[in-house]
Amino acid sequence: MSRKTSLHSAHIAHGAKMGEFAGYDMPLYYALGVKKEHEWVRENVGLFDVSHMGQVSIKGKGTQEFLERITPSSFEKLGINRTKYTVLTNENGGIIDDLMVTKTAQDEFHLVINAGCKDKDIEWIKSNLPDDLEFTYFDDWSLIALQGTQAEQVMKDVLDIDLSDLPYMGLWLADDHKMFVSRLGYTGEDGFEISIPDDKAEEVWNKLLANDLVEPIGLAARDSLRLEMGYCLYGHDIDSNTTPLEADLSWVMGKNNQGYIGAEKVSQPERKRVGIKLTGKGIAREGAEIRNEADEKIGELSSGGFSPTLDMAIGQGYVPSEYEAAGQKVLINVRGRNIEAEVAKMPFMKAKTKSMKSK
Amino acid sequence: MAEFRYTKDHEAIYVDGGVAAVGITAHAQDALGDLVFIELPEVGKTVAKGDEIAVVESVKTAAEVYAPIAGEIIEANDAVVDDLALISNPVNDNGWLVKLKIADESALSDLMDEAAYDAYLKEID
Repeated sequence: MSRKTSLHSAHIAHGAKMGEFAGYDMPLYYALGVKKEHEWVRENVGLFDVSHMGQVSIKGKGTQEFLERITPSSFEKLGINRTKYTVLTNENGGIIDDLMVTKTAQDEFHLVINAGCKDKDIEWIKSNLPDDLEFTYFDDWSLIALQGTQAEQVMKDVLDIDLSDLPYMGLWLADDHKMFVSRLGYTGEDGFEISIPDDKAEEVWNKLLANDLVEPIGLAARDSLRLEMGYCLYGHDIDSNTTPLEADLSWVMGKNNQGYIGAEKVSQPERKRVGIKLTGKGIAREGAEIRNEADEKIGELSSGGFSPTLDMAIGQGYVPSEYEAAGQKVLINVRGRNIEAEVAKMPFMKAKTKSMKSK
Repeated sequence: MAEFRYTKDHEAIYVDGGVAAVGITAHAQDALGDLVFIELPEVGKTVAKGDEIAVVESVKTAAEVYAPIAGEIIEANDAVVDDLALISNPVNDNGWLVKLKIADESALSDLMDEAAYDAYLKEID
């Protein structure tokens, strides 16, 4: 039996094509279809139900030190109401999950973790948690993403929340603490993720949807949108066998953090996650072989698909370090046929996210 | 006699003079959504019933098109590769993908006619 989010019936009512994702029955796409949904987010505003993701908090003196044990990041410079992207590592330096960590108070942090990982993440965090820290799982909270250049205007018009001063990766908290709004997302657009109790979710969802600029967007377009930005999808582009360095996520690692779990195993990698652009005709998907010009296998695509914005096929994959430079010619083998491709810089297109500096 | 035939995999076939023009039905096109790429086979290849003869890729997924009947590939519609929208035309117009010289016309009786395909669509809906 698939799990359902608090918005499940709203999706059905809106004509969503539903499908299983990470144990949840989720909207894959709605009436617009994947391509138009993708374009709608790039031009207008898209509304996403991401309530399948897990929300937890850790609280107490020493939480920052604990986070610097379970992730390779440093949190000493993270201000209150600011968010950081990072990863959880295992004893081998492999990635257990990628997540968003928001500092909500001096000794209190809120974490958003992947749906498919939340059970193992919670177990992992609890098994490493010092006795004096308090762990809470927000099992009855929903998460709604509003993404697109005019998202700020929609938040003002529909919910009467003025977020014009909120920087990228900043958090706005309602006075009654019953709504958290973070300026971030998984699309490369300006936008917000709204965390609210389950019993309030449908009302907020419907209000936002009633705005002419807003269309509901399913998981299929969410995937093509994040792929254009070169963001990782856990279980595909990163997993327990990839280290942060292999995944090209060295930027999440804190210079002063040498004491995280698995740190001694994270060394200069022999392979790296890169972007791939198909210059020849065709579409390549996850699992397609990456070959060098001598037609020898050098890796596999970890993600791949069509980019509606660039009107070409793109992907991500792991290649030996000598092939990691942008512009490197490679071949992608699809159903026995080699398609010309090259290693490309990610993101594939410029993000439209706001500045991280406070106004 | 020229006639239309269909498969459970939603291939549409127009049979005329021992040649089958193979494409995909409107139902298949709806299910696939926006198309982004079509791959066609080499002309001259002999195929058995059920062999892959083309791939139609949409934003969502890749769908294989199978030979509905054994035969030799005598033509591939390169125009549809350049203009994917052509696929929405009937297979007896320019919406076909591949033309097969049918090896054994008696095998056509295994394929559905339009009434049977319509009934099949209602059944799977």
